[in-house]
Amino acid sequence: MIEFKLPSLGADMDEGMLVAWLVAPGDIVERGQVIAEVETDKGIIEVECWENGYVDQLLLKPSSTKLSVGTPIAVLRTTAEPTLAGRPDAPGAEVIAGPSGPRDTVGVVEEVEADVAPAVSPPIRHLAHELGVDLDGLEPTGDGGQVTRDDVRRASVPISVPDARPRATPRARRSAAARAIDLGSVTPSRRDGLIVEDDLPGAATRRVVAPADDQDPGRAMRRAIARSMERSKREIPHYYLGMQIDLDEAMRWLVETNEDRSLTKRILPAALLLRAVTIALHEVPDLNGHWIDGSFKPSHVVHLGVAVSLRTGGLVAPAILNADGLDLEGIMVSLSDLVARARSGRLRSSEMSEATVTVTSLGDRGVDTVFPIIVPPQVAMVGFGKIAERPVVVEGSIVAHTVVSASLTADHRVTDGHGGGLFLLAVDRLLQEPQNL
Amino acid sequence: MTVTEPQRATVTMSYREAVREGIRDAIAGDDRVFLMGEDVGRYGGCYAVSKGLFDEFGEERIRDTPLSESGFVGAGIGAALGGMRPIVEVMTVNFALLALDQIVNTAALYLHMSGGQFNVPIVIRMVTGAGRQLGAQHSHSLEGWFAHVPGLKVVAPATIEDARWMLATALKDPDPVIIFEHAGLYGTSGEVPVDSGPVDIDTARIRRSGDDVSIITHGGSLHKAVAAAEELVSTGISAEVLDLRSLRPLDVDAIIRTVSHTHRLVIVDEGWKSVGLSAEVLAIVVEGAMWELDAPVKRVCAVEVPIPYARHMEEAALPQVPDIVAAVHEVLGR
Amino acid sequence: MNDPDQPRRLLKQMVMIRRFEEKCAELYQAEKIRGFLHLYIGEEAVATGVIETLEPGDAVVATYREHGHALALGVDPGRILAEMYGEVEGVSMGRGGSMHLFDAEKRLYGGNAIVGGGLPVAVGLGLADRLQGKDRVTAVFFGEGAVAEGEFHESMNLAALWHLPVLFCCENNLYAMGTALDRAQTQTRITLKASSYEMPAWDVDGMDVLAVEEAASRAVESIRGGGGPHFLELRTYRFRAHSMFDPELYRDKDEVMEWKHRDPIEMFRKKLETDATVTGQDMAAIEDEVLAEIESAVAFADAGTLEPLSDLTRFVYSEEVQR
Repeated sequence: MIEFKLPSLGADMDEGMLVAWLVAPGDIVERGQVIAEVETDKGIIEVECWENGYVDQLLLKPSSTKLSVGTPIAVLRTTAEPTLAGRPDAPGAEVIAGPSGPRDTVGVVEEVEADVAPAVSPPIRHLAHELGVDLDGLEPTGDGGQVTRDDVRRASVPISVPDARPRATPRARRSAAARAIDLGSVTPSRRDGLIVEDDLPGAATRRVVAPADDQDPGRAMRRAIARSMERSKREIPHYYLGMQIDLDEAMRWLVETNEDRSLTKRILPAALLLRAVTIALHEVPDLNGHWIDGSFKPSHVVHLGVAVSLRTGGLVAPAILNADGLDLEGIMVSLSDLVARARSGRLRSSEMSEATVTVTSLGDRGVDTVFPIIVPPQVAMVGFGKIAERPVVVEGSIVAHTVVSASLTADHRVTDGHGGGLFLLAVDRLLQEPQNL
Repeated sequence: MTVTEPQRATVTMSYREAVREGIRDAIAGDDRVFLMGEDVGRYGGCYAVSKGLFDEFGEERIRDTPLSESGFVGAGIGAALGGMRPIVEVMTVNFALLALDQIVNTAALYLHMSGGQFNVPIVIRMVTGAGRQLGAQHSHSLEGWFAHVPGLKVVAPATIEDARWMLATALKDPDPVIIFEHAGLYGTSGEVPVDSGPVDIDTARIRRSGDDVSIITHGGSLHKAVAAAEELVSTGISAEVLDLRSLRPLDVDAIIRTVSHTHRLVIVDEGWKSVGLSAEVLAIVVEGAMWELDAPVKRVCAVEVPIPYARHMEEAALPQVPDIVAAVHEVLGR
Repeated sequence: MNDPDQPRRLLKQMVMIRRFEEKCAELYQAEKIRGFLHLYIGEEAVATGVIETLEPGDAVVATYREHGHALALGVDPGRILAEMYGEVEGVSMGRGGSMHLFDAEKRLYGGNAIVGGGLPVAVGLGLADRLQGKDRVTAVFFGEGAVAEGEFHESMNLAALWHLPVLFCCENNLYAMGTALDRAQTQTRITLKASSYEMPAWDVDGMDVLAVEEAASRAVESIRGGGGPHFLELRTYRFRAHSMFDPELYRDKDEVMEWKHRDPIEMFRKKLETDATVTGQDMAAIEDEVLAEIESAVAFADAGTLEPLSDLTRFVYSEEVQR
């Protein structure tokens, strides 16, 4: 019996609102499965459970009450490994028929607390539905032929890079057209990113719906970011390193690779950079992990945080989980998916809380070099500026090459300039051989 | 509940009393008018609407019928063709299904089909709606079905004043008029101006002015929309409530006007969402006020289930004030 | 009662109906008439005999097989044909077609394509007469197939319960489209069903126009005298198919032939010639008159016009404010 408590989904989260349950009493759950949606200052987060078992009770109903982190919200029962259909070689276990069949209990060694699990459990079916994955023809890789969440995720159609066409109401769209306003330059006030008439410049004379202060999601997010940055600067001794990396070779390789790819499958430069960072972290593992209770806990996997700016004016840094297990294409797909979900407020709790290092890029804002602030409890953040042509010296002559300014901010309690420098050198080296990324 | 203009002398009456007064007035004032339906006479009316009228007017004018919906609705049509002005009471819209053939294939069609020779001046009153744990077969809101048919006129009095006076206008109408009375309203009371008189049966009316969002509704959902509007004040939202009153014809001008003013819309209808009345209002807005819309539209309707008996289930299945408030918030992007 | 003109009038009426219907069949095949067409051939004695007993001011509610009733009421055959041509000169401005003949002046309340649909309407017309103290009769015609519909039973009960001046005329031609009566009813004696509603119910030989006239006459007199509703089961037969689209797979050619031996027009003509009421010359004259009237009707319809499309949405609702 496990009391499932409202988890902390970020360093500065104290409370949240239980918005929805995605399971019901009796449902089988597995480790990593999303079972609830919780609303925080940063938006709605999907909360995962970490046991295999089933839902015994849901203790609280979704409501607008703010619950403290640690409030018990459900009771789960764990199972020993559930007996699965098609696993006749499990030691001593008899295959037990489903509810409609006879129960043969002779020779059963393991106690089964649930009926034979179907090949696809309801929550995974739910995920498949959400991602538009057809379950027939999936190769299940789970024990006993179970379809796992990763099976579904791998099969999901890569979501193309967010649509360039801004979403606007008919009224706003027509107004903008009439006044020659580029909707792409308008910042929406609505949480769902839909541009309304009042968002357009010159809305002064129109009556604006004045939101009550604590209803304004933009302000709440600002406050959360403020708290986090304050803590970071207060507690972490930051040091900063920078390096200019030549991307001629990388960009040439990218152009060539993308020639054969359809628009939705093209690799963006960002993916190359992220891949290089991920591999480089293996050479300097002290940049990948968390500072907890006075010491550094390195992480043996890389959950790569990516800073995503939101149209509503906020910033989130969700993680590409297990980035070191993904190839370049996998990183590209994950990146697109993450950004899309970040912008529509549909991130998972693990993505919000598990990043072991973060990468930020302000290249598209035209900034040459970034000096990031580390997100506690991480111990490093990598920054990239604008990818642009710059003069470089090659064999005594000045030529124009595509370069990017890479920077590293790191926690001096864990690493020093030497380690940081090795990291940047590794990133540089890797980007000179893009075909190996 | 009626939003009245500056001070007129009023009298308090219940919705039930208002309907009864309307019937009494009509029968007393016109020899051609009579009331016909199940248990309207000796029983006093299933919802006590016609209580006392049997004693007052006798069994010819307050005519009890056997359980023959098709028969007595058709008879009402024939009586109307033959020179009378019958008020046919079908106990509830649920039972009207038995009389659909006469309503749709006779009453609605005769004028057109005969090339203008035979109009059918019949008034059919029916109870509609849910909310009293009467089970699925007694809880339909099928106004939309009737509002679909050319040749019929359909109204839904939501206020005491409309309950009192729509009947008079309906009886003067040369064509079939169906009046839907929501069961939950009978016991409610309100003020009616003492000098009130017959009201029109083809326009909608603003029951509450507002600027931020329009809530369009009818019948038994009106008071919920108004309550929601009042609650929304505390979150700084000014909601305008439009009572449709007439479901066929729908007051297209009023619908367009309110949406053009607030630019945001929530539609509340106790019927089911799919292929229903709320879809028609939404279609009218998209057809006529597309460029005024500054937010996605939301409809608050019954959940797509037969209406259950258990109270918590029934409440959950029907549009309630919190649902309307939540819909407004969603529409405003919060 | 003893009207010397009556036999000739009855005979001519039936011949008129017969020739008119035959002409309709011809015009349908020439594609002048479209949609459904249900011919009354063989049943002429029923409409003729019953309507003979009605007075101006009485009402008639009929079925989709109502040409004979309209003609017997005196509705102009040219306007009936124009209606079937879909023309604005038709009785219903071309909006109804064969199945929806209406005439406000003659108090013909349709022409109804819903089997049994006219029965409650007839009850209502009778109710209006009673409530208004009007001495009128409403005759409603329906097939034996309608007896299966709930509306039949509801209407019979209401008419008897409220003692209404309604004459229920069941035209039992043994087939509801393609379903024989004995395949549809456990009790095929319809008068038994009818009498269970506590009203006089009589079997009548529907092929004998005089028998029909006599039965209807007695019933109508009783009704006008306050006798309440009456029921006639008129045994008849249609010589042609249910409608123009019917290959008649459900009945024997032999059976049809047998009934044709009892052709109401033939039988009546023979009787009148035997009585010397009518001569062979009279008969020829009748046919000539009828032919002329029909040709005139066809010419009228051929010259007819169509309702302007701009009037499509008129008469969904009344145009006069008050009636």
